[in-house]
Amino acid sequence: MTMLLKERGCTDTPILKERGQREVFCGLTGIIWLHRKMQDAFFLVVGSRTCAHLLQSAAGVMIFAEPRFGTAILEEKDLAGLADAQDELDREVSRLLSRRPDIRQLFLVGSCPSEVIKLDLHRAAERMSAIHAPHVRVLNFSGSGIETTFTQGEDACLAAMVPALTTTADRELLIVGALPDVVEDQALALLSAMGIDQVRCLPARRASAMPAVGANTVFALVQPFLGDTQAALIRRGARHIPAPFPFGAEGTTLWLKAIADEFGVPPSVFEAVTAAPRARAEKAVATVAETLKGKSVFFFPDSQLEIPLARFLTRECGMTAIEVGTPFLHRDLMEPELALLAEGPVLSEGQDVDLQLTRARAARADLTVCGLGLANPLEAEGLTTKWAIELVFTPVHFYEQAGDLAALFARPIRRRDLLAPMAPAMEAAE
Amino acid sequence: MKLTLWTYEGPPHVGAMRVATGMKGLHYVLHAPQGDTYADLLFTMIERRDHRPPVTYTTFQARDLGADTATLFKTACEEAVARFRPEALIVGASCTAELIQDDPAGLAESMALGIPVIPLELPSYQRKEAFGTDETFLQIVRHLARPMERTAEVTANLIGPTALGFRHRDDITEVTRLLADMGIGVNVVAPMGARPSDIGRLGAAHFNVLMYPEHAESAARWLEREFKQPWTKTVPIGVGATRDFLAEVASLTAKSALTDESRLRLPWWTRSVDSTYLTGKRVFVFGDGTHVAAAARIARDEMGFEVAGLGCYNREMARPIRALARDYGVEALITDDYLEVEAAIAALQPELILGTQMERHIGKRLGIPCAVISAPVHVQDFPARYSPQMGWEGANVIFDTWVHPLVMGLEEHLLHMFRDDFEFHDEAGASHHGGPHKPRAERAEAAPAAADEGGSMPPEAASVMAEGAQIVWLSDAENELKKIPFFVRGKARRNTEKYAEGKGVTAISVETLYEAKAHYAR
Repeated sequence: MTMLLKERGCTDTPILKERGQREVFCGLTGIIWLHRKMQDAFFLVVGSRTCAHLLQSAAGVMIFAEPRFGTAILEEKDLAGLADAQDELDREVSRLLSRRPDIRQLFLVGSCPSEVIKLDLHRAAERMSAIHAPHVRVLNFSGSGIETTFTQGEDACLAAMVPALTTTADRELLIVGALPDVVEDQALALLSAMGIDQVRCLPARRASAMPAVGANTVFALVQPFLGDTQAALIRRGARHIPAPFPFGAEGTTLWLKAIADEFGVPPSVFEAVTAAPRARAEKAVATVAETLKGKSVFFFPDSQLEIPLARFLTRECGMTAIEVGTPFLHRDLMEPELALLAEGPVLSEGQDVDLQLTRARAARADLTVCGLGLANPLEAEGLTTKWAIELVFTPVHFYEQAGDLAALFARPIRRRDLLAPMAPAMEAAE
Repeated sequence: MKLTLWTYEGPPHVGAMRVATGMKGLHYVLHAPQGDTYADLLFTMIERRDHRPPVTYTTFQARDLGADTATLFKTACEEAVARFRPEALIVGASCTAELIQDDPAGLAESMALGIPVIPLELPSYQRKEAFGTDETFLQIVRHLARPMERTAEVTANLIGPTALGFRHRDDITEVTRLLADMGIGVNVVAPMGARPSDIGRLGAAHFNVLMYPEHAESAARWLEREFKQPWTKTVPIGVGATRDFLAEVASLTAKSALTDESRLRLPWWTRSVDSTYLTGKRVFVFGDGTHVAAAARIARDEMGFEVAGLGCYNREMARPIRALARDYGVEALITDDYLEVEAAIAALQPELILGTQMERHIGKRLGIPCAVISAPVHVQDFPARYSPQMGWEGANVIFDTWVHPLVMGLEEHLLHMFRDDFEFHDEAGASHHGGPHKPRAERAEAAPAAADEGGSMPPEAASVMAEGAQIVWLSDAENELKKIPFFVRGKARRNTEKYAEGKGVTAISVETLYEAKAHYAR
């Protein structure tokens, strides 16, 4: 990545670290998109009514489609003695598995209450794996608010899967991070066109297709929030291919290039495969970027996607970043991104929401990216907002989605421009 | 432990948030881990509030567990008071904080914050959202209400409306208008719109209108005991209930109950001939106890429906709902398990469901029309337009809302007449049900698709059909069944199977179908 080494960007920018009230989701939210990806997995949260209520609020209408997740709600009697809680859990899991025989992987997901009462879900998972093997494999991870923020739930889930993957000596590429199927297929097609065919995905769509890992495995991350998964894969002997994340034409090209270099793909082949989709992406982004050019953007922390997205918006859409907040900043994973992000914005990690709101109000950015709890209140104050959670649910990676990604940010600005002149236009019509 | 997917109610601290968010000048410091702020978006998105809820979360994380969380809580209180300058503070714990040993009440009281601090004890592992609203409002009233002289004119307090309440905003307007028609003023509306200082002068009213027993009955009883304020027992939803309510108010105030009914249209609408087809339509009613009781009365006495089943999800209302069900000759369903509700609906095959957001989806799955009468509701049931449930306009709104999902008289007649027509064939559905129009050619594929939908249901819910699995439908009977309009087909299928089972018939022919039809004819 010689091209990256030339740029220093925000590499040396000091990070504003804040602690205080956080207006963020907990890791349980990750279940909502993970269960769509893993078609034979069930996610059983062991938690309180609050956890169930959170999943219900975050899942919206999805909750009515018999989704493969649920909450074992702790009751008064479960808090009294821990031995009982384990028995209760066994009973609920057996009931669940008999009712849903299609389930091949069960995740016991820890919550704040289950962790505070020190309910040992790891032991429970081992015990249940033994009972329900070989049909169902039971794993556990924490999605609690005291341990994880929003997308970190996916990290915790994937990291929990890594030790259980079979071992291989094959030289394979592993793409890590849950992508919408349509996006994953595009990525695989591009790699295949370059002659890279030994590619597996984590997570796989079904338990039977889970990848193997070993000393000859190399892996690339498609999501920036996978620090623990990266560490777990390295512990299994796999090697990480550092790259910017595949957002926008540039990000996708650099991501593919890093892999192409690793696999010795000739530059002519790389160019032949990427030229057309790259041009298509650049054209799509350019059209939308008309709305975004010269506008400022302020990111509240949410998903850890903020830095790569700020890089995309500033470099490919002509925006200026004022503050880029992220719940966690993994130096290792973010190095290529920070190198590309031009100096200027405040980089903040963590949150004290009231202090950050004061900064956002002072900045009055043309676009403020934030959660649903803040969006309407800020709109009411005259700021234009883009709610962040959509960026996690919508297909936004790789070339074909680059235009859609830009459009997600352009739409609120276009809407503001459309609605504002309504009254004068009516006068003019008379 | 209880495995659940959908919950009708949130945890009790969400109830406390509903009270705090409904009020002004009050702040809630909630001892809670990172992530519990999700509840903010119920208010900013579903109710579309333009302010953040007045809640400060302590946001403790794993590394804080230990002695640190108490300090975190105290700091959060100090900062919230300094930043928001509330007139009063409520403090409490969410489910996780309940498990760690900090004592929000004790900590806050020891801080000398210079404003009233109201501690909340909300048992998260036993109770739910409605308990949270009721208990929070009671504690606020107990701490802040002062005895005082009655107002010179007759006035009432309206108590019970909260943030995130189903149609609370417009019910307040409607009840205020009903009282104004009688020459009665409103002293304080609370919690919605009230400041802590307003709570202080609750005692000036002559009586209390308890709009929603779920959210303020405890406060009404306390005010009765302490300030000798009587409270209304009738909730004015429906024409009859509104008249009873006005009579009750008249008896409490010596005012005349004769009021202006000129804007009430429900009675004429239900008497007009197009409503004849509503006669005896079988409805299933489910929701919170208050709205279910009101809806059952309207359904039977004002719309001419048959109440085929009723129930509620809040156990606090179990007793009155059981008594009500006995009056209607049906079994009350008291449950917070939506699978039980689905099974009951599947077994009863009503022609209309009156319920919550959840029943709307059950209805969609079973192909039964549904109207929403109670929380929990989604964003579309916080409408921009004026849509009360209470009073005269509420009755008008209810008539329209309940009848729209049904196929109305003329349309039902047309569907019968032209059922083999390319546009009006039975799988086309009613025009207002949404979804793409299915042309006739798709008929063959449509049937297996519908079967798949049934297959995605959990086994319990589908068991009604499974039990009768020994009974087979002969193909001519199956074809005849398809000629029956889709909105009564489920009932016809069930009735026929039940009839066949009773007669020991295992193969259903066209004759069996029509014998059953004759048997069940009303």
